[in-house]
Amino acid sequence: MAKKLKGWQELPCGAIIDDMDAVKENKTGAWRSMRPVWNKEKCRQCLLCWIYCPDSAILVVDGKVVGIDYDYCKGCGNCASICPAKAIDMEKEQK
Amino acid sequence: MILAKTGNEAFAYAMKQINPDVVAAYPITPSTEIVQLFSNYVADGEVDTEFVAVESEHSAMAACIGAAACGRRVMTATASQGLALMHEMLFVASGLRLPIVMAVASRSLSSPLNIHGDHSDSIASRDSGWMQFFCETVQEGYDTLIQAVKMAERAYLPAIVAIDGFILSHCQERIETLADQEVRDFLGQLKPNYNLLDWRNPILAGPATLQDYYFEFKRSQIEGMNRALPIIEEVQAEFGHRFGRYYAVLEEFRCEDAEVVLLVIGSACGNCRIAVEQLRSKGRKVGLVKLKVFRPMVHSLLKKCLRRFKRIGVLDRVDAVNSYGGPLFTEITSVLYDLSERPEVFSYVYGLGGREFTPEDAMGVYEQVMSGKKDELVTYIGVR
Repeated sequence: MAKKLKGWQELPCGAIIDDMDAVKENKTGAWRSMRPVWNKEKCRQCLLCWIYCPDSAILVVDGKVVGIDYDYCKGCGNCASICPAKAIDMEKEQK
Repeated sequence: MILAKTGNEAFAYAMKQINPDVVAAYPITPSTEIVQLFSNYVADGEVDTEFVAVESEHSAMAACIGAAACGRRVMTATASQGLALMHEMLFVASGLRLPIVMAVASRSLSSPLNIHGDHSDSIASRDSGWMQFFCETVQEGYDTLIQAVKMAERAYLPAIVAIDGFILSHCQERIETLADQEVRDFLGQLKPNYNLLDWRNPILAGPATLQDYYFEFKRSQIEGMNRALPIIEEVQAEFGHRFGRYYAVLEEFRCEDAEVVLLVIGSACGNCRIAVEQLRSKGRKVGLVKLKVFRPMVHSLLKKCLRRFKRIGVLDRVDAVNSYGGPLFTEITSVLYDLSERPEVFSYVYGLGGREFTPEDAMGVYEQVMSGKKDELVTYIGVR
């Protein structure tokens, strides 16, 4: 079950990760204290949130925003502050 | 071409000839002129460099890291408090294996405030994973800065090239420069090992690694430094073959039959040479060992070189404030530890805050080391 970890000689030169799938393993959304809530009715589909999101957590299908990927969204609020239509609300995460 | 240049002017001139892709820097005495003069070259269109004026040395190194991670040739310059402010970013640069080259005009650290030359700043960066070169003359500074670019890019390690603040940074010497084209041919093209902007091969630079991978990344970085020495020697040899100026990682001066030597880094080697010549003319068996490369610590070469002497005086232009003497002293004694017969090693701290260190001072040190009588663990030269 445990994944075999690489030895130091198998790593790239420099602290980089070139295996992009490895990045997906860390579900950084668990760090979030504020949650963006997307309001489909208010959204004008300008995609500014998608451009500004530092974690690629705005889900886009066929050029349209369809939601937020909470597995990776850290709740920084950039999307809510950039949204010209105020279509994203930041709400406190609750247990 | 033969020119009269200060250390700072020579560094700026070398940078012009290197023509780096990006220079990000913030001014600080005594290194200010390096960047100031280089920015003139930028303004006059003599280089292709993107010059980034930043708001602090921390930002300067951050900008250098960003540019180098995009596979660019990157340089900067700093000193003293500036190098201290960069400290955090030095580790990021080396951990990412970015071949950034930094010119340093070494200076003391506050408090009390002092702008003059000693090695407090560069030596305090010793554990940051950068190669470190200490130069004796302006000529050596000029040559070493050019060599360091090639060494760094071959070893994928960042490098600091240090000259002593004011003593070298502000004093004119006669130097022989290379032609721009010679410098560019010598360096060739940088072959980056990754490029953050290459969207066809996406990478994540500087990821978070926890108990699972941090140690392996560090072990890999350590190996980079372990393998640096042959690269340094190779580039020094290539430079010598092309331009006729040879440098040693560890230079022995009149050591052939010496019983007593001083081990010194930086500009003070010059005055020690004068003292050696005077003592030699009186038939005393003394010599000088000049350590040019401080990181990597060339322990095997040092051991091989130093084991045959009776007594060694180690001169530090910095005190580690550890109640055990200068950093060079502690490293040299530890290098010699596993020899069955060891030379006696005496610790001297000199020249803090630019305090003058004369040939007479060097003579005094030689006399004391020759006598073998030293009561205190550390002797502070010229302190009232």
